[in-house]
Parts: sequence; C-alpha cells; structure tokens
Amino acid sequence: MTINTLAKGGCHREQMACFRKMEKVIVAMQDPDMGMKMRNQRLLITVIPHAMTGHDIITWLTHKYRISEEEALHLGNMLVKYGYIYPLKEPRCLVLRPDESPYRFQTPYFWTSTRWPASELDYGKKKLKIYMYSLLHKRINHTWDFVVMQAREQLRSSKQRRKADRIVLECQEQAYWLINRPPVRSITLYCIQLYCVVHIEACRKALGRNRVKSSICLEGFLKYSEQYLNHDPIMQGCLPSNPWISDDTAHWTMNAEIVPVPTRLRVERWSFSFTELLNDAMGRKEFMTYLEKEFSAENLYFWQACEDIRHGENSKIVEKVEDVYKNFLAPGAARWVNIDSKTMDKTLEGIKRPHRFVMDDAQMHIYFLMKKDSYPRYLKSDLYKNMLAKAIVPQETKKSVFPFMRRQRHSSPSPAQTATQAAEEEGLAKGAGTRSLYSVV
Amino acid sequence: MACQGLQKGETLESLKRESETLKKKLEEERNKLNDVELHQVAEKVEVLSALSIKTRRVLKGHGNKVLCMDWCKDKRRMVSSSQDGKVIVWDAFTLNKEHGVPLPCTWVLACAYAPLSGLDNKCSVIPLSLDKNENLAAKKKSVAMHTNYVSGCSFTNSDMQLLTSSGDGTCALWDVESGQLLQSFHGHTADVLSLDLAPSETGNTFVSGGCDMKANVWDMRSGQNIQSFESHESDINCVKYYPSGDAFASASDDATCRFYDLRADREVAVYQKDSIIFGASTCDFSLSGRLLFAGYNDYTINVWDVLKGTRATILFGHENRVSRVRVSPDGTALGSASWDSTLRVSWSFSTGSNYIFRFIKLLFWVNSRLVLEFTVAF
Repeated sequence: MTINTLAKGGCHREQMACFRKMEKVIVAMQDPDMGMKMRNQRLLITVIPHAMTGHDIITWLTHKYRISEEEALHLGNMLVKYGYIYPLKEPRCLVLRPDESPYRFQTPYFWTSTRWPASELDYGKKKLKIYMYSLLHKRINHTWDFVVMQAREQLRSSKQRRKADRIVLECQEQAYWLINRPPVRSITLYCIQLYCVVHIEACRKALGRNRVKSSICLEGFLKYSEQYLNHDPIMQGCLPSNPWISDDTAHWTMNAEIVPVPTRLRVERWSFSFTELLNDAMGRKEFMTYLEKEFSAENLYFWQACEDIRHGENSKIVEKVEDVYKNFLAPGAARWVNIDSKTMDKTLEGIKRPHRFVMDDAQMHIYFLMKKDSYPRYLKSDLYKNMLAKAIVPQETKKSVFPFMRRQRHSSPSPAQTATQAAEEEGLAKGAGTRSLYSVV
Repeated sequence: MACQGLQKGETLESLKRESETLKKKLEEERNKLNDVELHQVAEKVEVLSALSIKTRRVLKGHGNKVLCMDWCKDKRRMVSSSQDGKVIVWDAFTLNKEHGVPLPCTWVLACAYAPLSGLDNKCSVIPLSLDKNENLAAKKKSVAMHTNYVSGCSFTNSDMQLLTSSGDGTCALWDVESGQLLQSFHGHTADVLSLDLAPSETGNTFVSGGCDMKANVWDMRSGQNIQSFESHESDINCVKYYPSGDAFASASDDATCRFYDLRADREVAVYQKDSIIFGASTCDFSLSGRLLFAGYNDYTINVWDVLKGTRATILFGHENRVSRVRVSPDGTALGSASWDSTLRVSWSFSTGSNYIFRFIKLLFWVNSRLVLEFTVAF
C-alpha cells in the first residue's frame, strides 16, 4: 500500500483484497453442508430466524481454520468490525462476544466492498457477484422479507446495466492491459515499450546466471540456524538471564564491546566465520595480536584502511587513497602487502583517478588471503584456545519470585555520552579535532 | 539506452510475446535445479518447543500513529517516529524518554538510528547530543532529495553514507557530509516501499521491495539490478535479509510472507494461512534466522518457523495495525510499533524451567493463596 493513498485517508486497493478474502470466509460460513448451523434466536419477544450465537461463530472458526480460540475471537471481531456479521443485541457495539449473544450475516448489498466506488473494470464483476451472493442469501433467508426485497432490487438494476457494462468492459480491457493495475499513472506507450525491453534484457541476463542446487542452498539454512541456536535468546534464552525478564543488565555488561574477559559463547562465535571475527571489536583485536606474531599484521591494517575509504566521507577519499598507497602499496612501503601483480597493476592504474571503490580488488584479495590462510590457523592456535578456556560461562541467575525483591532498572549512560568521551580521548591522543557526531550509531 | 533495442517492425505485441516467453523460460531454468523443497529438508529439524512470547513493556507517549521504530546498537534504546510529527528516543529498558524532536513534517515514515525521512521528500540526519536544551531540530541536516516521498532509509556500514528508497520508484545512495548523490538505482516500475542492506562479507548489495510486486537485488557500486523476484500478488511492504545474507524475506499486502534464496535464485517458502486475511506490513528475523516475526494490518504479529513453514505462535496486544517490528541487536527482545500510538517490547519466556522449580519450592512452605498471587505476577 503506498503512502499516497494512506495520506489521503484511503486504502482502496489494498483493502479490496482483504474484503474479498473476508467474503470467502463468510460464504464458507453460510455453506449449506459445511457451514454454520443457524437457528432461531430469541431477542426479547421476537424470534429471529437464521441467526447464530457468538459462541457458535468462534467454535466454527476454530474448527475450520485450526486456530486457537483467542485467534478465532480476533478473526470474528474483524468480521463484525467490517460489517459482514452484525449483532442483534446492542447493534451499535461492533464487537464479537463469545457467549450466547445473537448475530446475523449482513446482506451483500451492505458489504463494505460494494459500498466503495469500484474501478470501472471491477464494476461489471462486482455486480455479477452481488447478484450471485444475493441469490445465495435469498435461498437461505427466504422468509426474511427485507432480504428478498434487496435481492429483487439488485436483479433489476443489474439487468438494466448489463449491456452498458459489456461495451464499457471491452474498451476498458484494452486500456487495462496497458496500464496493468491501479493506481493509474499516466504512462505513455513509449514507456510501456521501454519497460518491456528492459524486462526482456533483465530476463536474458537472468537466464545466464549460475544457480546452485536447491538441496545445497537449503542445507545451508538448516546449518546456519542450528549453529546459531544457542546464540538466539528468543529460542534458547541467554545467560546469566535475559535482562528484559530479570531486570538485571549483567548480560549486557558481560557482552559489552570491550571487556577484560569475554563470554564463552562470544569466543565460540568467532569460529563460525571470518566475518564474525572481524565484526567483533575484541575478536579483531585478538586476531591482530595473532597476526603481529606471524608478521602479517599489515594485511589487517590494509583491510581496515580500505574499509575506511569505502565507507568514509567523500571529501577525504583522495587523501586516504594517497595514504594507503604510501603505507601499503608503494615499493619499499613500511607495511607492504603482498598482492598478485595483475591486481596490483590494476589498482595502481585506478589510483591515478581515485574513487570510493578503487581499492576494492586489492582489498578483496587480501581479505580472502586472510580468510583462507591466517584465519584457520588462528583458530587452531594457542592464543585462541587459551581465550576459549579463559572465557566466562555465566551462571544462570534465577528471577526473584517476590516482587519487592526485584531489582530497580537503572538507566545506562547514553551512547551519545560514551561516544563523546571516546571521541574526546581519541582527539586528545591524536591531537587533531574530533569528528562531529551525526548519530549515536 | 535500452530504446535502441526497439527496431523497426517491433511492435508492442511482439515485445509482449517475447517478454512472456522469456519469463516462462526463466521459470523453467529456475525449476531445473529445484530438487527439493525447504519443508522437506526441514523435516529432520526438531520441531520448535512451544514458544511463549509475551509483551511486557508498553511505551506510551506519541500522540498519533507510530510509523517506524529502530533499535540502537546499545540493545536497549530505540527511536520511533510518529504522525504527530515527533521523533522520540526511548530507553526501552527503563521506559524513559530521552530525546524528543519535533519535526515540520507530520508523516515521518522512516527512521534508522539517526536519519529521518518522510513525506516532504527529504531525508534528514539529526545529531543527537546530551544537551537537552539544545534545539535538535535546528541542527537537522538535509541529506537526500527525491522527487516523491522517501519511504525507507538505512545507513550503510558507517554513518557517512545513506541509502534511501522512494515513492518515485528509485533508490539512492547519498554522502551524508556533502549531501551529494553517489548512485541511483532504477528498475522498479512503481513506488519502492522498503530496502535492506546485505550482511554479506563484501557488503555491496541491498534488496528493495515495491508496489510493482517485485523484490530487486542491487549492486551498490555499479547501480545494476542483479536479481529480481516477482511472485507476490500485491505490494511488497517490507524486505529483510536472512542473517547469513544468502536469502531474504518479504512481507506483502497479499497476506503472505515469502522467503527467497539468492543462490538458488527462487522463492523457497510461502508463509500463509487461511485465517490470515490482512496484509503484512513488516517483518524481521530472530538472531538465528529460525523465526520470522511479521506484523499485520489486523493488529497481530505472527511468528513463523522459517524452516518448516508453519506458524509458531501469534502475538496480540496492539489495538491498531502494526507498522514495524524489529528484533533487538542482540536478539533478546522484539520491538513493535503500531498505529495505536504505542510501542511494545516482547520477549520469550521459553526457558522457564527455573521458574517451575521456584514454584515447587514455594509450594512447600507458603500457603496456596500466596503462591497463586506470585504466579499471576509473572
């Protein structure tokens, strides 16, 4: 649903589909075989035929759609709210009560979907539907005079308009194909042709794609979900406790960005993929320590510098590319990185006209080098194994049962504050101006 | 330009026909490698134990529909925008409001932690500072300009670049510092309603969904449309990547959510139920990707088992349509925003075994009336 319709207060197109679905439910409910059993309901001194109780409606919905009573009540409420079922007691209160309150089906003439100005194309279809539904309604409520009168009215008016409908429909279909579906924009024929051509080209390109077998891809999802199961608090809870349940922020404190000793789950996560290791500030620091020992730390420094170019300010790109060249790529550079000659040549060419993505090939090369070589060795190293052994496994704290013993929820320092402090410290260290904050991310 | 493809004698009819044939051929190609369905593969996965997710925090303070919300990296703060023209930063844990920024535009459609965009066609970045007396609205900086409303926005990996989607049918990448347009993405034939950045290693792609029922995957560098999926039957309101980056889910007005695999290049699951009649407006994955939370226009949030394709549970509570659901960054809680002007935070009580032990212990030394009161207090 587009905001253009929202702003104007209408949700025409989107709601039509919902109404059609609700109408399907209503029709199913009135099915002579599988539908609801309707009986005479007593309202004060009148006996109303073909009515049902709120309780019956909920039971029927629960059985038909295999849902809980709560959900059936919710769905039933929607049907009442949109006028497909109306209450006989307290007609102004459009709520479904799960008791013996009587309800009846609304005649299709008064369905919300039929009261809205339908598009001309739907006009013919709608009139036909109303006619059919009113016949059904007529069959069921044959003794209910009002309904019969409505149906007759429908029949008469629809018969008169039939011919006009047909003519209109023919003309509309031509235009309809061109426009595709409402909301209508004025699209010229040329644009349609353009879209067709673009679509054809996109299809041709897509045909040439390399695809992977479903079985392999789907196994991937299974493996991923299984691997991360213990890390998903909604599935398995978290240690020491979910802060939202226990009001204890220990879990967040233990898993803060930089801690003296990380938790075991966190350290385990570094072994899931190279991205996990690099995305965690502590993991990255540990990896850097390891690389320093191996005398290949320049790779990680290079990668970080390239990330900075890719995601940094536009104005600083040229100067950053210069720095990277000086420190990592120039012959005899302090932290020279080992890239294959083809990529090196291409990068050096690109540096002459620096742009945001000029370092991408080189960065990718180094990234995969670290991933295939240094990363697996890091996972087997003593450094990592020690980290894993040292890591904390927090004790599960039980939530206090007594309300008066529950902890107070304290506010944490605003990230804006910590960011300012960090930036100030950074500024003092570097002696340069701090970068202005645009957000607290 | 593509118009050069229009040769003499190529009428609209022939183009139509070619387009249809190619589309069919593409479907055939995609189906060739379709040797198994997701729910079949998922048969060997354990069935989810009964999920007990409850809403326990309600954030009241907006005067009108809440249109969007997002979590802060600190896992407890969130920002929300509303039709009353205000953007509020909350500490959801303590229920305190920390900042309130009034804006000139009343339809503030999207806020990611910091940028705000809306029906005035502009996307603004507001710096958040501690000085509560500071007029934050005055420091607002206009970054993105579209020719129609801006429906969604997201920061890329840093806060220096902003990606926006718009009602003018395009997406655009902007430099925050200068407000310059870095790249634009054309290909949708109707309003683009949502976008999401890929969490992949190379971090270069994003997916967008729009009113043309298509979900497109784009390369941020070249602006090219890499992949396209067209299987929804109505507007796509929200798209979200699976945590591994190999797939994404979409929520649509046709009352279904669908799961698309990027490597197999096809739709692999449809999450629907006969009793779900109203469209889904938003969706998000749990941390492991096993659960998909989807907010619907009938005020409910349905929780789907992504692998098995079944519905795990349903959350009630909102009194108007749910406009946005987001799982917190560490996966501990689910935040939801709604047109009933409230935000709610829900979490799972699944691992409640320790509570049972407590309950049993209590049974022995406290009289039964007291025990009843305490269990109700949960």
